[in-house]
Amino acid sequence: MQPMHTVSAYDDELKYLARRIASMGGHAERMVEQAITALVSADTRLAQKVVRDDPILDESQRDIDEKAVSVIARRQPMARDLREVIGAIRISADLERIGDLAKNVAKRVVAATEGQQPVSLFRGIEALADLALSQLKEVLDVYASREVTKLGFIRDHDDDIDAMYTSLFRELLTYMMEDPRNITPCTHLLFCAKNVERIGDHATNIAETIYHIVTGEQMANERPKGDKTDRVTASLLLPK
Amino acid sequence: MGMARTADQERGRIRQSLDRIWHSRWLLGAGLAAVLLVYAFAGESVSMLALTLAALFIAAAAWPVDQDKASADRAAVIEAGALKSLSGEYLAAAITDPLIVFDNNATIIHANAAATNTFRLATGMSLALKFRAPEVQALIERVLSGEATSGSVETSSKLPVERVYRMSVSAVGHDTALYLMICKDQSEARRIDRMRADFIANASHEMRTPLASIAGFIETLRGPARDDAKAREQFLQIMQDQTRRMSRLIDDLLSLSRLEMKPHLTFEAQVDIAKIIETVIASLTPQATENGVAIERDFSDGSFELAGNRDELFQVFENLLENACKYGRSGGRVVVSIRRSEGAAEPEIIVTVRDFGPGIAEEHIPRVTERFYRIDAETSHARKGTGLGLAIVKHILTRHEARLSIESELGKGAAFTVHLPVR
Repeated sequence: MQPMHTVSAYDDELKYLARRIASMGGHAERMVEQAITALVSADTRLAQKVVRDDPILDESQRDIDEKAVSVIARRQPMARDLREVIGAIRISADLERIGDLAKNVAKRVVAATEGQQPVSLFRGIEALADLALSQLKEVLDVYASREVTKLGFIRDHDDDIDAMYTSLFRELLTYMMEDPRNITPCTHLLFCAKNVERIGDHATNIAETIYHIVTGEQMANERPKGDKTDRVTASLLLPK
Repeated sequence: MGMARTADQERGRIRQSLDRIWHSRWLLGAGLAAVLLVYAFAGESVSMLALTLAALFIAAAAWPVDQDKASADRAAVIEAGALKSLSGEYLAAAITDPLIVFDNNATIIHANAAATNTFRLATGMSLALKFRAPEVQALIERVLSGEATSGSVETSSKLPVERVYRMSVSAVGHDTALYLMICKDQSEARRIDRMRADFIANASHEMRTPLASIAGFIETLRGPARDDAKAREQFLQIMQDQTRRMSRLIDDLLSLSRLEMKPHLTFEAQVDIAKIIETVIASLTPQATENGVAIERDFSDGSFELAGNRDELFQVFENLLENACKYGRSGGRVVVSIRRSEGAAEPEIIVTVRDFGPGIAEEHIPRVTERFYRIDAETSHARKGTGLGLAIVKHILTRHEARLSIESELGKGAAFTVHLPVR
């Protein structure tokens, strides 16, 4: 992956950082997956497990930060090595945030699944989570393979996630208007959907960081903001 | 046959006897010397000497010098030699499960064809970066640190298709600093369980509506409408429609379940997309004419062959075209176009099915491939939709690593585009 250095311990340190990132990524993926499963199947025990797992990510992030700083201090990395180290700090921060968002979804499981919710609501969130998770998975796969040409697809997925989120937003709003008793669970589901959408955004951030690590350039930023929920109002949803 | 075998056995027996004589050559030599010595000093008769010598030879030939063990040892030496000269690469290639050899940095030294295809691995990639599931990470860590020489763990991944693997990691030999990972696919067994549960959940949910309606009509027919011939005919018609809908639903659910059973298909051979679409058009033309829809072709030149599963791709285009004819009825025509992508990183065959009907509102587009997602339940039921058609399409395309993109503008129709990668 990296060119050989005269001091092989330096190589080992860089490899250690990459491996810590991968293991953090694995944990984050697992947490998101389990949080969504817990939500869809109203499994409070699984939700508690997700909440309990979060400190692993916090701990990993601290460890990566310390290691990265010590590598910078002792080895004074240049060019790609420097990007690699800085990238590790950034990616670990994004992964830690993803863990927090998954934890937040898990915390809402009890409130969101109280009472009988329409199955289609959970299908929507599940589909949204599938998109976000496959985004995260692909990005982390690229971190392993370094084939940055594949990152182009990630932008498309981002648009899909935004469109799906907007659609869910409208649907949830409609349910709330139909029956005020839906408001509590639907509000929680809305936050869950928002969290999942944010997870997708963090995955995109990671993609940008990886692109920078490998090429040394910034990823072309031509992406129009696709989230259109800022314009959805209740009056828009009323039958004409 | 029998003759040859006895001849062979005969020869084998002779060889064995000679072998034994050769084995006991020192003993035989000593015996000979002794007999000759006795002969020389005691002056026995010549016939007696010949007899003694013959007895000696027979004894030597029958002497049980651990002979079997000796030849087994020899065979083992030869075999070990053969195994040594056998390249590890061939050995790995002969194993049909994904097999990965890695070093103590978890860098991949070798991945057999099954591993490369399944996980898209390359030599030099870090194994720990690719297999990120916490339990697999822990396993690799445990074996690399020498805490355990081997171990195995079950791990599942949900995307893009659900898979369950039992991964075994073990150290190769002593101090080779090489490690081996074998992945056994257990998805099938797991999926059968899941499929049953899903099928029951989906079926019971979706069957409830038509069943309730049939039950209601039966009640009316036995009660207030008992003697109303006109109403009876009408109700029976509705009931028949509902039962048809239920049977269509069961067909679709079964076909979806079958697809989920084997999410990673082995591609049969090269299939010609244009040919498949022609067959689909031919089979749907009567229905289209009935709906007042004309199907138009817009095929660009060249061949459209790729590795895929003919029956499944047929189902994809059948569902898409059928939908276009059903929901885009008001447009009066449906256009199917095939072309090859230009300038993209990976070559693709692009098939677009475009209708000119009412179109799909923007907020529904991302969700139409969800199971039982209906934009408008009334229209869907009127057009005999089951809510599963596009879910099936999406599933098949995922298996082909293809994508579906949908574009639509209200009032102007919808375009469903399939991007099939050519490999």
